[in-house]
Amino acid sequence: MDNIDKKIINRIQADFPICSEPYKQLGKELGLTEGEVIQRLNTLKQKGYIRRLGAVFNSQKLGFSSTLLALKVPPARIDEVAEIINAYKGVTHNYLRQTDYNMWFTLTAESDERLSDTIAEIKEKTGISDLLNLPAIKLFKINVNFKFDA
Amino acid sequence: MLSLEKKIIRQLQDNIPLCSKPFKEIAERVGTSEQKVIALINTWLADGKIRRFGAVLRHQKSGFVANGMGVWIVADEEIESVGNIMAGFTQVSHCYYRPASDTWPYNLYTMIHCTTRTECEQVAREISKKTGIKDYRLLFSSKEFKKASMIYY
Repeated sequence: MDNIDKKIINRIQADFPICSEPYKQLGKELGLTEGEVIQRLNTLKQKGYIRRLGAVFNSQKLGFSSTLLALKVPPARIDEVAEIINAYKGVTHNYLRQTDYNMWFTLTAESDERLSDTIAEIKEKTGISDLLNLPAIKLFKINVNFKFDA
Repeated sequence: MLSLEKKIIRQLQDNIPLCSKPFKEIAERVGTSEQKVIALINTWLADGKIRRFGAVLRHQKSGFVANGMGVWIVADEEIESVGNIMAGFTQVSHCYYRPASDTWPYNLYTMIHCTTRTECEQVAREISKKTGIKDYRLLFSSKEFKKASMIYY
C-alpha cells in the first residue's frame, strides 16, 4: 500500500459517498481520476487489504438475533469441530483462543427461536455440551476503523 | 419471492460494483431506480439499519496483526462507567457487556487491536490502571477459522 492507497482507505472505511458517481466524487476529493480510484480499489481488493466494499448492517435492526459462543473443545478434536461450526452461514467469526473454552464464535439467526435451535443443534452435532452462551446485554462500542498514517 | 428491500440488502451485504455508477447497476439488477436505491441507503444509514457503509478491511493484512480479547470482571453497578472508559481507548474496537456465570465470571469484553501482542498487553494494563479493574485476562487468537460478513438473505 502506498500513501494514496492509505488515503483512499482512510477516506472510505466509514462514509463512502452515497451518490450517483461515488468513485468520481472520491477522485475529486483525493486528486485522482475516477478510473484511478476504481483501479486502486480493484487492486486493494485483489491483494486482500479490503475484504469487502459495501454496507455493514446492524443485524438486530434487521430483526435478527445474535450471540457470542465459546465451546470447550478437546485439543484433539479442534479441526473437526471447527469444520462443523464453520459450516453454519450464521457463524461469521470463529477463533481459537488460549483458554479452556477455546473455540469462540459468533452466531446470527433470523429469530431468537432459530438461534436457540441452532445452538442446540451445534451441541448435538459436536457432542460437546460445555458451552458459554454470551449474548450482548449492552453495546458500549463498535468501531472497526483503522487510521493509516499517509 | 423477496421484497425489493431484501433484494437491495442482498446486493449491499456483498460487494458494490466497481463501475462508474454502482447504485444504478444495483438498481438494474433488482428492478428499481438508482434514486430509490440511494434514498433507501440514506434512510437505513439514518435509522441505523446500516451501521456503516464502506470498506471492510482485513486487519491482519493491514498491519494490525495482534488481536486480544480482554475479558474483565466488573461489579454490576460499575459496568456503565467502566464500559465507557474502556470504549474511550482507540485500540478498543468492540466493547460489550455480557452475562457472567459460575463457570465463567467475566462480564465485560473488549477487543484490542495492535501491531504486536506486547502492545495489546500494554493497552490492557493501561485500561486496568484507569478503571481499577484488576481481575482480567487477555485471550489472544491463535488461529482464525472463519471471518466473513453475514449473508442475511
